[in-house]
Amino acid sequence: MIFKTLTAAAAMLALTAPVLVAGGADDDTLVINGDIEITTKAAAAPHLDGHLDEVMSGWHFRDDDTQAMEMDDFDNPGMIFVDVATDTWNTAEGSEGKSCADCHNEPESMAGVRAVYPRWNEEAGEVRTLQMQMNACRTERMGAEAWKYDSGDAINMEALLASVSRGTPVNVAIDGPAAETWEKGKEIYYTRYGLLELSCANCHEQNYGNYIRADHLSQGQINAFPTYRLKNAKLNGMHSRFKGCIRDTRAETFNPGSPEFVALELYVASRGNGLDVEGPSVRN
Amino acid sequence: MADGVKPRVKVPKSASAGEAITIKTLISHPMESGQRKDSSGNTIPRSIINRFTCEFNGESVIDVTMEPAISTNPYFEFEATVPEAGEFKFTWYDDDGSVYEDSKKIEIG
Repeated sequence: MIFKTLTAAAAMLALTAPVLVAGGADDDTLVINGDIEITTKAAAAPHLDGHLDEVMSGWHFRDDDTQAMEMDDFDNPGMIFVDVATDTWNTAEGSEGKSCADCHNEPESMAGVRAVYPRWNEEAGEVRTLQMQMNACRTERMGAEAWKYDSGDAINMEALLASVSRGTPVNVAIDGPAAETWEKGKEIYYTRYGLLELSCANCHEQNYGNYIRADHLSQGQINAFPTYRLKNAKLNGMHSRFKGCIRDTRAETFNPGSPEFVALELYVASRGNGLDVEGPSVRN
Repeated sequence: MADGVKPRVKVPKSASAGEAITIKTLISHPMESGQRKDSSGNTIPRSIINRFTCEFNGESVIDVTMEPAISTNPYFEFEATVPEAGEFKFTWYDDDGSVYEDSKKIEIG
């Protein structure tokens, strides 16, 4: 599967020598703090029939050192931002003088929430991402300013909510009223963008496990977001990552928070149904 | 004081006498090198933590001078021999004169 396009040529060259699985996923097990066991490989959801057999967290595609950083909260630099968000959680803001804690008590009361977003919001009549829901809380209930999409405050809070959901399997609903948005996201996933004419699927479905220049291509799962990236030493949001990918195809990208990226987030999240939430994760 | 500075320390709660234990420390800090420029071309002034020390019952365990090339959120991991019960004291010195402190007690047992 992984070497679909390369095996023919490689097998000719390496008749006797075994083909090295360079860049492929490993078989390590992710346990955080020696306590939270994370499901990082799962059978693919039925809607991926004919596309993927097994879904894998991007954690499997990283070096042992990078993997180890995520296995302990002290070593995980993403947890710094979770600490910052915990302070924000307890700080009253806006005209109502309320903090997140006034309604939701401890952040732990939000366990499992990250796993079901993006989800349909009946009242608003739209699919909402976690950040959109946070902003609805801020503007409607707290009388505070909305956070800019994928800005520091918003990503930190998303990391806090992800951290209390670690170990919960992603389970976003794609039927019912969310179906339309999901279809739109699927269309974007399989559309070739940019001068390089690449779709998400070209790399993350057809070539995961292969090298892209010096890096390993993962399946592009988003169960582990927000992600602390060693390359920029900060937390990165899903939409910013989407934007980076599309930019790399040399296309004009959509913006974080745009309806296109909301749809894409729902679709990509659904590709990871069954994988556990593991954010904030550490990647290169 | 730089924004969002928060020291974190991980020390075992107890050790046997004479045991070498591993200590991990991390402080969130932007560690602005003084080499970068902002969008209008002005140099962003240097703002780093320039010294980190650890003491055990008043005795120096480690004393580190830091330079601008050190990354954001500096992390130190080192070993210390614990001869008796006592307290580790950690101190970070900021360029702007701020001093951040943390301490951890350890028992023999």
